[in-house]
Amino acid sequence: MPKDLSIKKVMVIGSGPIIIGQAAEFDYAGTQACQSLREEGISVVLVNSNPATIMTDPEMADAVYIEPLNAEFAEKIIAQERPDGLLPTLGGQTGLNLATELATRGILEKYNVRLLGTQLKAIQQAEDRERFRSLMREIGEPVPNSWIVETEEELEILSRNTEAPWPLIVRPAYTLGGTGGGIAKTPAQLIEIGSRGLKLSPRHQVMVERFLGGWKEVEYEVMRDASDTCITICNMENFDPMGIHTGDSIVVAPSQTLSDKEYQMLRSASLKIIRSLGIEGGCNVQLSLSPHTFEYYIIEVNPRVSRSSALASKATGYPIARVAAKIAIGLRLDEIPNAVTKKTLACFEPALDYCVVKIPRWPFDKFTLADRRITTQMKATGEVMALGRSFEEALLKAVRSLEIGIYGLRPKNADLRTEMDIENGLEFATDERLFLICEAFHRGMSLDEVAQLTNVDKWFLVKLQRLVKLENKIRSHALELFPTISTELAALIREAKHLGFSDRHLAEALAVPEKTVRALVKSLGLRPVYKMVDTCAAEFEAETPYFYSCFDDKETEVTAKV
Amino acid sequence: MSTAYLVLADGTTFEGKHFGHPGTAIGEVVFNTGMTGYQEILTDPSYAGQLVTLTFPLIGNYGVNQTDFESVRVQASSLIIHELCELPSSWRSSATLDSFLAESEVVGIAGIDTRHLTRYLRARGVTMGIVSSEHEPDVLLKLLGAASRYETVNYVQQVSTNAPYVWPSDSDEPSYRIALLDCGVKFNILRSLAALNAEVTVWPSWSSAEEILATDPDGVFLSPGPGDPSLLGDIVNNVNMLIHAKPTMGICLGNQLIGCAFGGHTFKLPFGHRGSNHPVKDLESGRVIITSQNHGYALADKFTDPGIEVWQINLNDGTVEGLKHKTLPIFSIQYHPEASPGPTDSIGYLAKFLKMIDDNRK
Repeated sequence: MPKDLSIKKVMVIGSGPIIIGQAAEFDYAGTQACQSLREEGISVVLVNSNPATIMTDPEMADAVYIEPLNAEFAEKIIAQERPDGLLPTLGGQTGLNLATELATRGILEKYNVRLLGTQLKAIQQAEDRERFRSLMREIGEPVPNSWIVETEEELEILSRNTEAPWPLIVRPAYTLGGTGGGIAKTPAQLIEIGSRGLKLSPRHQVMVERFLGGWKEVEYEVMRDASDTCITICNMENFDPMGIHTGDSIVVAPSQTLSDKEYQMLRSASLKIIRSLGIEGGCNVQLSLSPHTFEYYIIEVNPRVSRSSALASKATGYPIARVAAKIAIGLRLDEIPNAVTKKTLACFEPALDYCVVKIPRWPFDKFTLADRRITTQMKATGEVMALGRSFEEALLKAVRSLEIGIYGLRPKNADLRTEMDIENGLEFATDERLFLICEAFHRGMSLDEVAQLTNVDKWFLVKLQRLVKLENKIRSHALELFPTISTELAALIREAKHLGFSDRHLAEALAVPEKTVRALVKSLGLRPVYKMVDTCAAEFEAETPYFYSCFDDKETEVTAKV
Repeated sequence: MSTAYLVLADGTTFEGKHFGHPGTAIGEVVFNTGMTGYQEILTDPSYAGQLVTLTFPLIGNYGVNQTDFESVRVQASSLIIHELCELPSSWRSSATLDSFLAESEVVGIAGIDTRHLTRYLRARGVTMGIVSSEHEPDVLLKLLGAASRYETVNYVQQVSTNAPYVWPSDSDEPSYRIALLDCGVKFNILRSLAALNAEVTVWPSWSSAEEILATDPDGVFLSPGPGDPSLLGDIVNNVNMLIHAKPTMGICLGNQLIGCAFGGHTFKLPFGHRGSNHPVKDLESGRVIITSQNHGYALADKFTDPGIEVWQINLNDGTVEGLKHKTLPIFSIQYHPEASPGPTDSIGYLAKFLKMIDDNRK
């Protein structure tokens, strides 16, 4: 179906203030969508209460309203602008909640405004836990046993339920970033966390379900158009297993420990879900996969652009929000060009030929007294993402990008940490867990012990152990006479550069100035090359100015135009 | 790991590290862009005679297991990768990729900038190459020059079963009896048909139509397979008799054999379609599905017999992805509904084939 020509003016709702539990993903998505709509000759009316965003820049929309995001103001804007359509799926939960309110109060009907993209019914079906669960049962997709609790009394009864599969996870309904949730190991904890959740949920509702500790957490970003064509943009695997909010998890894309059978099983489930909900646009599906069987559960579905879709967009080069906006105005996936290759269409699945690592950025340097433990309630306020030809390279780049004063693997004040500190830090995750795992390896803790304490898949742990071993080997050459180094050290440096070590990291390990390492690296002929993020693993020629550096081979794809 | 080399026909040399079995392998260098499924790819008979490059850089992560085999042995001549995982992590893993290739007597090369190699193949087209852990590049180039080219070898003959065998249906009383012409069948085609209550007799590719039709099957299935289809004139003649006698479905090479039987011809694609992300448009429904593909040749959209028509095309390059006969119970697709590896979006076509048999019985 071609573009719906009756849509000439569209109102886009932004996500308001950027708060804890959110990165700047909605600004990124909203900006992309505004540009995408204007590209199609549509006039864009933007409403957002946050002026410190790119989407509210004057050139992003035809009219920008910086007003509170509530129904009262939105109605005034609608009355004045008389848009033909409203695109609510780009402003995160805030945008969706406002659109829902405008629809249920009859304001959209009154001014003859069509809700574009995913319809309200689908959104409610995905967001209302009970309706969602019954839909999943209908289409045969597994959901963990769970209870909806709306009163303190119900909470009390559940806490005495002898069949409840402890530990239980508590999630308040309709809150951003799972605010107010937690894992209850005892009836007393259930009552404590549940009461808090009831207070924080705008619907006074919490969901309690089996806690799948140690299970793999995997996400799929999927898209669907009005002709029922469905595609997967990207899948992602959490380094931190179930129990830590995906926004607080280190995430890798694509998944690394799933065989094709598992990958396709979860992909098929995700597509089945987006079809059953009738979503027109993008959707995020979170699944939990047993590390010992093919058993899996659907954990959550976000019927909108989300933090994960922003990550997936940057990880693959596929502009999810841009394409979602075009689908919302009636275009089909095979009518939208692939903006990266300019030769193929948006209707395909990106193939990655690199590894992506995302690490959350927590604000504990600003909130020095805050509880640094990370669990089911998101505490991060941002994230960094890095690309490399290996997991190690992407990880080390991401660590440096955090700007937390760590350039290698070990935590700050490493020597002051006791064995107990480390064991605790491995079992009860904080923002420092990645570095404490490395410190544990540094002190000789075994792979099995670390795996036991953290539940992190050994595939990831082996990589960290490899980095620590390499760093230690390099450190043993610290007193070597520069610049005449042994061939052994030269080989180690070569390996380290390929695995993403920075010069500063090497300088710290070798106890020499950074510029000495720089000269040495140059003299070894080690220079970075730049590879393109082209959505298709080099199968087609692409035109995009999106590159990442690595030390692979000598072929570089950047033709400098300076 | 010791040094190994990949040398291409024009002398371009990549240095890497050897893994798997020590030795030398010659073949056509191709690339697959799938991010998972190396075990299925290695054992897929359609990769016979090829040195397979995987564009995803981290390979071997989930090891090798006892079930994800697509035939009884490794069919690819060699595997070219960026990084080999030495300690896989998966509950199903029973061996590392390294030890599996060593046991299978197949040479592998790691540490290659597979993106560089893929860009080379994309720009210049697939080419003959040689991988070796034994010789220096100058020797390898000579060996490669003396070897027969991929296009001249009849690989179908090499990968086909030598004698007919029966793959039983999952149920005791099968509803369908299918004759499958084995030009390089993948086990998942047989597993999937068995799950749909079909008993499949797998015939050698050189079986005569008379011999097969004498068993009076309910339908005929034409399998995928390796190599240049233009070498398979005898099989096309046989196929021509089979498809006019029984409801027929063909996939991959089977699609091309049907096309040729109706007066079409194939041509070589510059770098083939190999991966799990190929969009195919059904011209009747307008819907697009994502498919698993592995073919180096495509059918030209031109047939002397007007009875056959193209009903599916590839969205990337517009090539033929499916044929349908206007009156006879015959259809085919160029991609892999059985997936393994890849998306299972098109698995329904196997049931469609069986339904076509039902309809034909009426």
